[in-house]
Amino acid sequence: MYVAVKGGERAIERSWDLLAEKRRGDRAVAELTVAQIREQLRLAVARVMTEGSVYDEELAALAIKQAAGDLVEAIFLLRAYRTTLPRFGYTLPIDTEAMHAERRISAAFKDIPGGQMLGGTYDYTQRLLDFTLLAEGGTGAGDEDTAPATHAEPMPRVLAMLDREGLIEQERARPDAPEPGDLSREPLTFPVDRATRLQNLARGDEGFLLSIGYATQRGYAHSHPFAGEIRNGEVAVELELDELGFAVEIGDIEVTECQMINQFAGSGEVPPAFTQGYGLAFGHSERKAMAMALVDRALRAQELGETIASPTQDAEFVLYHSDNVEASGFVQHLKLPHYVDFQSELELLRRLRTSGGVASRPAPALAAEEEQEVAHERP
Amino acid sequence: MSAREAGTELAEGYNFAYLDEQTKRMIRRALLKAVAVPGHQVPFASREMPLPYGWGTGGLQVTSAIIGRSDTLKVIDQGSDETTNAVNIRRFFARTAGVATTTRTADASIVQTRHRIPETPLTEAQILVYQVPMPEPLYRLEPRVTECRKLHALADYGLINVKYYEDIVQHGSIATTYDYPVLVNDRYLTSPSPIPKFDNPKMHMNPALQLFGAGRERRIYAIPPYTKVKSLDFEDHPFSVQRWEHQCALCGSRESFLDEMIVDDAGSRMFVCSDSDYCSSRRAAQDAPGDAAKEAA
Repeated sequence: MYVAVKGGERAIERSWDLLAEKRRGDRAVAELTVAQIREQLRLAVARVMTEGSVYDEELAALAIKQAAGDLVEAIFLLRAYRTTLPRFGYTLPIDTEAMHAERRISAAFKDIPGGQMLGGTYDYTQRLLDFTLLAEGGTGAGDEDTAPATHAEPMPRVLAMLDREGLIEQERARPDAPEPGDLSREPLTFPVDRATRLQNLARGDEGFLLSIGYATQRGYAHSHPFAGEIRNGEVAVELELDELGFAVEIGDIEVTECQMINQFAGSGEVPPAFTQGYGLAFGHSERKAMAMALVDRALRAQELGETIASPTQDAEFVLYHSDNVEASGFVQHLKLPHYVDFQSELELLRRLRTSGGVASRPAPALAAEEEQEVAHERP
Repeated sequence: MSAREAGTELAEGYNFAYLDEQTKRMIRRALLKAVAVPGHQVPFASREMPLPYGWGTGGLQVTSAIIGRSDTLKVIDQGSDETTNAVNIRRFFARTAGVATTTRTADASIVQTRHRIPETPLTEAQILVYQVPMPEPLYRLEPRVTECRKLHALADYGLINVKYYEDIVQHGSIATTYDYPVLVNDRYLTSPSPIPKFDNPKMHMNPALQLFGAGRERRIYAIPPYTKVKSLDFEDHPFSVQRWEHQCALCGSRESFLDEMIVDDAGSRMFVCSDSDYCSSRRAAQDAPGDAAKEAA
């Protein structure tokens, strides 16, 4: 009778076994390796690294395998591991202008110095299911050399060219600028500066940012975006070593960067100029970088002197709800027992209905106002 | 009764009680501040834990920061030591800290809880760690954290008094049954976490230190021992707790918080103590004198 809540320990262990079995699936099918995931599901790996906020392709691939392809779960696994890692220093800011770009496009200018590079993109694939991939061993690629061409020469940013004309507002590096905060080491507090907002958005759920960004395009804080520049490729990571007194390259990482050019603003003192939104993500993650740039721009409303009229511009609303590890945990905690709270509500509801003389009446099909009131109390 | 958790081996490669010492120090600093300003929410740099947010990450971090090798830990969820989440958290500390665990309230030096305060009164030698989902008592009325901070700074709690006044007008009583806000030390309005209001009076002048951890919301707060804790009410509508017409079907208690269970298809109900340790110790005590009487005869 009281069995329902007992035996938790054995049940948990058995649940682990079942999960492992389900993850493995049909044993007649070869087991997926972490190397295969890393090489062949690279976009999933990129998302898990970005939102898990660790650049490690192998661990991200492992997390995807362990989570049976549930990317939000994989992101959680990687974050929980990340927390235990020691920090031995801070790298210099990466220089995306010096990127070895595989892809670089601008929707603002037809031609740009360094040129437009289409690179590998799903944009023009026509989305026809490729049944040759379905056939065993079909690779979908020929034998000819299709190694990506990369552009090794530094490519000036499109926005830098507008900047030279003074047409776009720019945040300049100030010598007295404070060190940026670290969201993984300090709690989010308001008001929040742009560096911290961008950290939050970089870790933020791609689906959430996509929807909020989309809403800005549909009039909820519209600011006329143009994809000023999107580039994807490898950048060097440099770390200054105290013993040496200069910076050394410790490796390359693949990133996707998006700089949006947005509608101009101006006031009596400041002449009108374009404004911008910024997005950066690990790996090849264009959708994420673009959505992030739209949301970044919307959240700049206050500093640009715009009226805050939409939730998309509300930093507290956006930043407190962007993290999928937090959101997933709290939504799913409703699975935990709430016997005690529910019992308290039952007791109250019965008492209210008795004292109102309605105990024998059935509940209306649509909740009456008083019950709605009570329902609101449920967290 | 306390024992090493059966079948759990110490996890290797992790610091004592999982968190690194730097992080523990940061949490202890927040705890000290919280104890110094009873009921005030102190922001802290909550870490990602190997447990989902909303499942006790705040309580876990507080316990990790205060637990020592000589401690004995009890973990309850909904009053019971046996619910899966309680088992999971107890095993976590058995694995990462190797400390003794117990289900007996009286034997524990630290009790981590979700949604209940044990029925057995606590002592000065004990610490009660609450898992808190929403540390802000005003969030249903004002979801903005920035606004709520202002209201706390000004001790402006008019909003909630109006809400409770409206409840009385509409329903004849205040329609909050759990997570019923309290005024701590006559100053800060505080969430007791979603314990039933039945447990609220236990917080008042409790000899034990009460610590609250909200991991996802990144807040810590505290009620030091022997602190005044008052549940919100009105002079003409004083605070009162739930009472049952039933008694516990197992131990016969009329004093404890009862869980209701549906035991058959006809919808028959059974009421049983939510505090499993309280219920089983009462039953043990009832059996014992019986045995003694038999032996005497």
